[in-house]
Amino acid sequence: MSKRKITIAVSGLNNIDSPGPGIPVIRALKDSELFEIRIIGLSYDTMEPGIYMHDLVDKTYQIPLPSAGQQSLITRLTYIHQQEKIDVLIPNFDAELFNFIKLQDMLKKMGIDTFLPTLEQFEERQKWALNTFGEKYGIKVPKSKQINSTAEIHALTHEFGYPLVVKGKFYDATVAYSPDQAMAAFNKISSKWGLPIIIQQYTPGIEVNLTGIGDGKGNLIGAVPMRKTYITDKGKAWAGIALEDETLMNIARNMLKGNKWRGGFELEMIKTDKREYYLIEINPRFPAWVYLAVGAGQNHPEALVRLALGEDVKPYESYESGKMFIRYSYDKIVDLKEFETISTLGEL
Amino acid sequence: MKLLKNIALSDTGFVFNPGNGDSFSVNPIGLSILKDLQEGKSEDAIRNRVVEDYQTDKETIEKDLYDFLKMIEQFNLTDYHE
Repeated sequence: MSKRKITIAVSGLNNIDSPGPGIPVIRALKDSELFEIRIIGLSYDTMEPGIYMHDLVDKTYQIPLPSAGQQSLITRLTYIHQQEKIDVLIPNFDAELFNFIKLQDMLKKMGIDTFLPTLEQFEERQKWALNTFGEKYGIKVPKSKQINSTAEIHALTHEFGYPLVVKGKFYDATVAYSPDQAMAAFNKISSKWGLPIIIQQYTPGIEVNLTGIGDGKGNLIGAVPMRKTYITDKGKAWAGIALEDETLMNIARNMLKGNKWRGGFELEMIKTDKREYYLIEINPRFPAWVYLAVGAGQNHPEALVRLALGEDVKPYESYESGKMFIRYSYDKIVDLKEFETISTLGEL
Repeated sequence: MKLLKNIALSDTGFVFNPGNGDSFSVNPIGLSILKDLQEGKSEDAIRNRVVEDYQTDKETIEKDLYDFLKMIEQFNLTDYHE
């Protein structure tokens, strides 16, 4: 069967020690048996390694930071589309999703398909709304609240006790064992990601995660649970293993029946000694370890492209547990000319 | 005591729990005990089988078997509901 030629734009090319999902998504797409894919990288920083990984990314364009707003983003995307005729666009950063969700109808009119959660789906799983989310969909969630100043930290001793978890609104989380540590974590995280800061009750147990994709009609098209087996000092998985976990799969199925999630997502859960599951976070996009799903037999990014193109996609019925991933670092040699080109022209 | 249904036992002594991703290595005696548990044998039956196979005193076997079974329970290899 001949492969269909298609052009896909992908962001999240920061394949660094705290990696974005872009490169794993691209690897998954390159493994597709249905599509022959030309990849257009969308980058925010000239040091994103994916820009220079020409075996995976055919051409990269810089795009404006999410804070620049939707108008400058659509202007830039219009230019890129004129050059490349993009068929499907897959954004991979939490912070950019709001803009892309808002622009999806405009993109569709231009001929660019996306498969994103609705704004309501995106908003109701925000960290600061997770308790309400848990109540709505019958999922246990550790008690949490948002704070906006360090003056609120003293009251946490009585309300939460220590340890507790201090989290940024998009990224970063630190376990604090004292008010001093909570204060330091507040300052560090808020200086990077802004306010509010989310305080979450510490739940002892093992962290289990699930990468999945919903079709927007209440069906779970694919899902693979994973446990991190080696964690970096930034709390990121350096190695992980696909699990057989029917309870977690059922939590995902039930959640999707309720909220009809559209697109890729990641559930981050804590499994306690009593084998209870607590939801600590939902990421509204594929995680950086999504390539493990491909290794285990489910190509979620390929399924997302098919859904974006309006195709009828049947749910995956199985995957292979026990498949592992181990990341590695690699020194990519880059000619100064390439760095100069992306820095000055904004494309490479 | 029952071993969790999905525990994978390899003849090399590699034990894998696909439910939580844990893996262990056991020696041949440990592997034979885990296989017995997987087949649903009772603790008494396992003890008698080990005493017979290794021709040592029952007290030593009893103590070591008790320690081993407690250890696999702690490592979440046994059925929680049993």
